[in-house]
Amino acid sequence: MTDQVHLAIALERAGWHPAAWRESTARPHELLSPRYWAELLRTVDDAGIALATIEDALSLPDRFDASEPLRRDRVRGRLDASLIASFVAPLTRRIGLVPTVTTSHTEPFHVATALQTLDFASRGRAGVRLVAGASSAERANFGRRSSGVDTLPPSGRVEDSPELLAAFREAGEFADVLSRLWDSWQDDAIIRDVSSGRFLDADRVHAIEYEGEFFSVTGASIVPRSPQGRPLITVLAHQSVPYRLAAERADLVYITPHDERGLAAIRAELQAASDELRGPGERLRVYADLLVLIEETSSAARDAAARLDDRAGEPLASDARIVVGSAADVAEAVRELAAAGVDGVRLRPARQPADVAAIAEQVVPLLRSTQTLREDDGAGTLRARLGLARPESRYVREKVAL
Amino acid sequence: MSSPVRQIHLAAHFPGVNSTTVWTDPTAGSQVDFASFEHFSRTAERGLFDYVFLAEGLRLREHKGRVHELDVLGRPHTLSILAAIAAITEHVGLVGTLNTTFNEPYELARALATLDHLSGGRAGWNAVTSSDAFHGANFRRGGYLDHADRYERAREFASLAKELWDSWPDDGVRADASGGVFLDDGVPSRVRHRGAQFDVDAVFDVPRSPQGRPVIVQAGDSADGRGFGAEHAEVIFSLHTRFDDARAFYDDVKGQLGAWGRDEESLKILPAATFAIGDTAEEARERSREIALSQVRPETALTYVEQVWGSDLSGYDPDGPLPDIDPDTGAETAKGWANRHASARKRVAALRELSESEGLSIRETVIRLTANHTFVGTPDRIAAEIDRYVQERATDGFTLVGHLTPHGLDEFADRVVPLLQERGSYRESYPEGATLRDLLGLPAARRVPAFATP
Ligand SMILES: Cc1cc2nc3c(=O)[nH]c(=O)nc-3n(C[C@H](O)[C@H](O)[C@H](O)COP(=O)(O)O)c2cc1C
Repeated sequence: MTDQVHLAIALERAGWHPAAWRESTARPHELLSPRYWAELLRTVDDAGIALATIEDALSLPDRFDASEPLRRDRVRGRLDASLIASFVAPLTRRIGLVPTVTTSHTEPFHVATALQTLDFASRGRAGVRLVAGASSAERANFGRRSSGVDTLPPSGRVEDSPELLAAFREAGEFADVLSRLWDSWQDDAIIRDVSSGRFLDADRVHAIEYEGEFFSVTGASIVPRSPQGRPLITVLAHQSVPYRLAAERADLVYITPHDERGLAAIRAELQAASDELRGPGERLRVYADLLVLIEETSSAARDAAARLDDRAGEPLASDARIVVGSAADVAEAVRELAAAGVDGVRLRPARQPADVAAIAEQVVPLLRSTQTLREDDGAGTLRARLGLARPESRYVREKVAL
Repeated sequence: MSSPVRQIHLAAHFPGVNSTTVWTDPTAGSQVDFASFEHFSRTAERGLFDYVFLAEGLRLREHKGRVHELDVLGRPHTLSILAAIAAITEHVGLVGTLNTTFNEPYELARALATLDHLSGGRAGWNAVTSSDAFHGANFRRGGYLDHADRYERAREFASLAKELWDSWPDDGVRADASGGVFLDDGVPSRVRHRGAQFDVDAVFDVPRSPQGRPVIVQAGDSADGRGFGAEHAEVIFSLHTRFDDARAFYDDVKGQLGAWGRDEESLKILPAATFAIGDTAEEARERSREIALSQVRPETALTYVEQVWGSDLSGYDPDGPLPDIDPDTGAETAKGWANRHASARKRVAALRELSESEGLSIRETVIRLTANHTFVGTPDRIAAEIDRYVQERATDGFTLVGHLTPHGLDEFADRVVPLLQERGSYRESYPEGATLRDLLGLPAARRVPAFATP
């Protein structure tokens, strides 16, 4: 069986349906509680899911929700995703922990060291999902950048908006700075040489001396090289500019094809961008997103979706393909994507925790029984589990070249 | 005579990246592996400490233009490691040092509120102001903040953070599923803040956390630093550990509280304290000496004076007298810890006086300055000393700094803590469901008025 995939999950407070928090299975008062997150992550970890992304934004409204005044029938308020990931790190064993980080207001130095720390606390399971740009709500919270855009230009193309293009260049630099900081300590920098009294060898710690359009970052990381060397960089992409960002800077990209032809077109574009921009090393891993709502039968699922849509006041809309059905329906959709050649499928549960439990208890066993899930041999780190080599520090190569 | 026994507060300082931390010891573990933090925080919890404490340094220390090689270097991201520790502990507070110059209030306030939620009300923030260009070079906002403005930004930062935390009512999340109302109108309130440092129109996105506001700690020693402490801090981490010195500091800072409408108990002062324990006084002294010698190895001593002098002194014998040359006051060497507080000349004069009056070598001088243990003695003696400081109002307790990662506080927790308990001045167990604020005996967070705009 060659058409195998890894399964990822995208965790988002009460789930991806805007009315999910009103379900009887929902726990809307616990969305900020440590137990809620510990239980969710343990469930998907035990099920053998390879990685979990955790949504985030630096504002009360969601990123693409410019409703004014703020709608009061949606989940509001959240915890910092990076800290949720660190919190669950000691409570989980195998699952990759991939918080969302916005690149527009944050400091790459802080983000780099936070992810290295997550990598240590999880013993090699850290990643990040980078999001370019900032919404107007985020800008108002920081007060530094009054200009910027929230929405795509009329053409729908990022390249037609100078501000959005700049935001993606900033995200590219951000990713570049992260990986340089992650390389700044060679693996063997700490020598603990009692005879010479030296704890480390300064020649193996490198100031990154980065000067870009958006950042200048001089020093080395304050964190020694972490178990994976570099935590995983991932992005969600829907069109050319983000595809190019993924091809140039990411280890893994989430895409949102709606059918087989769409998938083929995206893969071709990613391939072309990779040929042009990607350095030597690992090929870009491609994960397709599915938003899933799962009940015992397809018709029960349709009823549940109708109930939720009714409460939300509008039908569920998503950038990702929506699968409303039984666990078998979802498993079938995953198998089709596997046959079409993606490396993984990221499931966005419509309702948390209900659909998370259905994925863990029903979808995963079905995929296992048909050998659609890529099994691994208990590999230790997220990179190893996904079949990605541990990168060597770029500064080692520099030295060899001397 | 009937005044109640004052309760001792103890914090556990994770071993840092200076020469206090001895890495040459065969039992010394990693400063970054999670196992070390696990061990350390479990010890702190076994010893019923108020909190574990992490320092922060946002750039690797350098010496003569190179990364410093002799001491432990490298540390985790403060908030991330505390969030991980929250998962494996139940009671102990989690206090991190976080800079006000190289962070933004919204981001830091939400991270601290998150930590408070994830830990069930155990978060604390040591607000520091280091603002030099050396550290600034790692950040997009750079190091352009004038030294004189560092506390202006810190004050405004802390005020804005409090406004953000206070913008949610206690039970702000309605989550009425049948009515379809997640948040009531007007929740949270908007924070419009306009000051010299920050101009935001913010809507905070983390509902009120268990403590309302995380506990604020302060660790700067200048007049401005003390002023900031009196206004905002609920704990001060100082270096004033000698009894008279500690008491003068206590009186100074607590004396300023009235101006802010605060009382003595609303601020705890927990100076740094090191220790060496022995079965007899003699054994403790030997142990102290042994630790000091491994903290200040010959090359460490030379590096220390090189930082003070600002020049290469590699030809000098660490066991010989101090250099007789003048310091190089032109060079920028104030990057490490050594000469943070005084100008090079003043520093050199002080070293000379100490060395000459007692005939001390370079190494012995540095030992005297940096490796003198606060408490040396039997467990009984150390317990009595600590108790005396607290009962006589020189401190409210201590921030204990062990010399070993991660076992540095084991002996203290196992041998000294029970004796403090016997004296009736230390808790026997954690109160159920206590927040860090409760452990410290601090009043509940009062909602603050908005930042006073001039
Ligand atoms: C006991 C103590 C501990 C400190 N720890 C840190 C630290 O971990 N990280 C940091 O950046 N600054 C630290 N500082 C620096 C101060 O917090 C402060 O930012 C700096 O000294 C400037 O303020 P000042 O002029 O009031 O002393 C510490 C200071 C003291 C006294």
